Amino acid sequence: MLSYIVRRLWQMIPTLLGVMLLLFTLYTLVGGDPSYILAGKSLSAETIASIRTQLGLDKSLPEQFLIFVKQVLTMNFGTSWSTQQPVSEIIRTRIGPSVMLLLTWQLCSLFFSLLFAASVAYYKGSIYDRAVTIISTVAMSISILVYIIAGQYFLAYKMQWFPVYGWGNGFWQNFLLYIPLPLIIGVAVSVAPDTRFYRSCFIEEMNQDYVRTARAKGLSERKVMLKHVMRNALIPIVTGVMSSLPYMITGSVLMERFFGIPGLGNEILKAVNSSDFPVIKAITIYLVIAIMVFNLLADLLYKWIDPRVKLN
Amino acid sequence: MKTPLVRISNLKIDFKMEDGRYFEALKRISFDIPHHTVLALVGESGSGKSVTSTALMGLLPESNTVIDQDSCIEFNGRSVLAMSKKELRRLRGGDIAMIFQDPMSSLNPVFTIGDQIIETLQEHKSMSKKAARQKAIDLLTEVGLPNPESRIHAYPHELSGGQQQRVMIAIAIACEPKLLIADEPTTALDVTIQKQILELIAKMQKKHGMSVLFVTHDLGVVAEFADNVVVMRHGEICESGGIEEVFSRPKHPYTKALLNCRPSLTYRPERLAVIDDFLQGEEYQLPADRPRGYQEGNPVILEVKNLCKYFKIKTGLFRYIDLKAVDGVSFQLQRGKTLGIVGESGSGKSTVGHTIMRLLESTSGEALFEGKDILSMSNEDFKPLKRRVQIIFQNPYASLNPRFTVGQILIEPMLLHHIGKDKQEREKLARSLLDKVGLTANAFNKYPHEFSGGQRQRIAIARCLTLQPDILICDESVSALDVSVQAQVLNLLQDLQDEFQMSYLFISHDLSVVKHISDQIMVMQQGKVVEMGDADSVYANPQHDYTQKLIASIPQNPKWFEASLAR
Repeated sequence: MLSYIVRRLWQMIPTLLGVMLLLFTLYTLVGGDPSYILAGKSLSAETIASIRTQLGLDKSLPEQFLIFVKQVLTMNFGTSWSTQQPVSEIIRTRIGPSVMLLLTWQLCSLFFSLLFAASVAYYKGSIYDRAVTIISTVAMSISILVYIIAGQYFLAYKMQWFPVYGWGNGFWQNFLLYIPLPLIIGVAVSVAPDTRFYRSCFIEEMNQDYVRTARAKGLSERKVMLKHVMRNALIPIVTGVMSSLPYMITGSVLMERFFGIPGLGNEILKAVNSSDFPVIKAITIYLVIAIMVFNLLADLLYKWIDPRVKLN
Repeated sequence: MKTPLVRISNLKIDFKMEDGRYFEALKRISFDIPHHTVLALVGESGSGKSVTSTALMGLLPESNTVIDQDSCIEFNGRSVLAMSKKELRRLRGGDIAMIFQDPMSSLNPVFTIGDQIIETLQEHKSMSKKAARQKAIDLLTEVGLPNPESRIHAYPHELSGGQQQRVMIAIAIACEPKLLIADEPTTALDVTIQKQILELIAKMQKKHGMSVLFVTHDLGVVAEFADNVVVMRHGEICESGGIEEVFSRPKHPYTKALLNCRPSLTYRPERLAVIDDFLQGEEYQLPADRPRGYQEGNPVILEVKNLCKYFKIKTGLFRYIDLKAVDGVSFQLQRGKTLGIVGESGSGKSTVGHTIMRLLESTSGEALFEGKDILSMSNEDFKPLKRRVQIIFQNPYASLNPRFTVGQILIEPMLLHHIGKDKQEREKLARSLLDKVGLTANAFNKYPHEFSGGQRQRIAIARCLTLQPDILICDESVSALDVSVQAQVLNLLQDLQDEFQMSYLFISHDLSVVKHISDQIMVMQQGKVVEMGDADSVYANPQHDYTQKLIASIPQNPKWFEASLAR
């Protein structure tokens, strides 16, 4: 087990290096020259040259890449080119809101999807099943933007149930006041496709022979579903959750933007607009590491759920 | 008269199908299961035998099952059909327990076997977890699982098939049921394991004074161990009574047919009896025996020398060990003859076939096909020979592409190997082959799912025949079929061999079938050939311990049973 984790961590190094190379190349090719943006209206050659020296852009590309490697190794990405704030400071203050939104979103979405999927699978073919399937299909065909705008207009502006927009200071204020609306909209968007996928996982398992054995033992239907079927259905569901994570991150960028949540998503949009390479680098690298760690966790989770899985 | 344990009378069950029509699965059947006896419920697929046992458990799907008003299922004098859900749950696992055909898939893969036994105990008896655990260990000891103290923490996949079935039996007898329903419990197991499991069920039946409802398609299995038998076909009971009475003096032609269409170890008719032979009303005449064996001077079409196939198994970070699946196998295959390869699962018999087909790359050794080694050839050189070695797999459901019509299935290999001048000629050939394997001409435009298992295996055979092969490898090709269908396919294979002088490599775990069709027999154990020789002499006088053990494990028919056969 330990040797497996060590090996997996070891394998992350080449992946990370690949991402760094890709990011660096892309930025060099299409990132534009930040010195023009920073120089503003005083576009004299000297100003630009001095800004370039300051930022290290006058160094050769291999040298710049080496600096990047050093930054990743020390996890110190310097200061933002546009605001002069330390990058670590930006990430530290922005990560909280993002994690709060993503985590609550993922957990609520998982909870409701599993609930719907298990019940729909159990009553397969009934009117309830068909209704959920139809509603899911309709819900899936509508863009997230429509949900956001409609949610803000009806639930916040018309009904006055939530603030339309904004973010506060205290944890509970944010959690109880500002998170609910984006959360409801997020869950509404992700529950539909997840329910349909999980439903098929449950139905697949319900047709297995061991379900017949469980019934022949005299177990109640609830026990059959929630103990025997659920645990086996979770195996593909874990994969689903892990592979949906990148999409959720994209989704949360949109959410942060529309609801004025000062998270990493908002920050990355700002950084891209101003060619703020240190911030882009830092957020991308942290994201890549997070996704790799989640994948490792998923594999360990598999082993825990399904003893047949061999870690190698 | 004492009330029987189970009384089924007038049971009529219909299934509502997708298109709204009804399928009559049981047509008013009646029979009793007395206390402390073994009743064999015998029939082929579609006979309704599993529907009967599932109905007895109250486990038929509610949504599409219609049980007739006059039907009656009584257990110990109480109507099962009138029971509430709660009463049914107490019945299941408590008074009636069940074991199934495939123990691997019948156990939940993600819970330990201990958990699965304890669960039953706690469901039906108010037992503490600790007491239940101790009881589980006792049960595992009783069913003969080695090291039960530590094995209680094992997961199903860590046990062999026989051990899994022992665990299923432990779960079944946990709450001292009055009736054990065994639904084809040994069909998926090797012959030596089958014998052990049958003995275990018989022992448990006597020890706990249970009744057993033994559902099977295989008459040979039940002859020595059932008290009564019910023979079913198409949802009806053909014949029922004491086992000796029914088997030694069968009255119904279907019972006679079933008894006779199974290949025997003692004689080998020209062609096996099929059900139609008996239903036509004329007295069945057993054909003369067919002589078997290799003949001196008959050309050898395939000579395999020292064939090895090792699989690398990763054991550590950089360490591998070789799993010797096939280890130094040599044999000769004569033209127009059949070499039977027998052995239990894991013996390497299928790997031999797959390696010769080059579906797997051999580790070392030669396979001389007309003097040329086909294993060391380049893909280019092998291509023209590929057509001449063909294989038929076990599962006719999985080996035909469901999106192709039968016509397309047959014509595709012809196109690949440039057989036939044009479309018309290929179609003509395909249709004539369908006729040859006993399918009607309208099969050409149908899809595989429209056929039964036996018909699909005929399609697979026809597909091989399109290439006019010299060697046909039959990898458990009749193992998944009902006995009566199996007899038809074996007859077909024999007819085709007689007509085209094909050579067969016949791989099977069923020793009676191999004995029937083979000229020479090769017995494999753990990748090695332990014995080889003429079919008759190997069976009559097995030399190796393992061969003796295999042959001794074949269910022995009682004297009166053999005497009843049509000869």
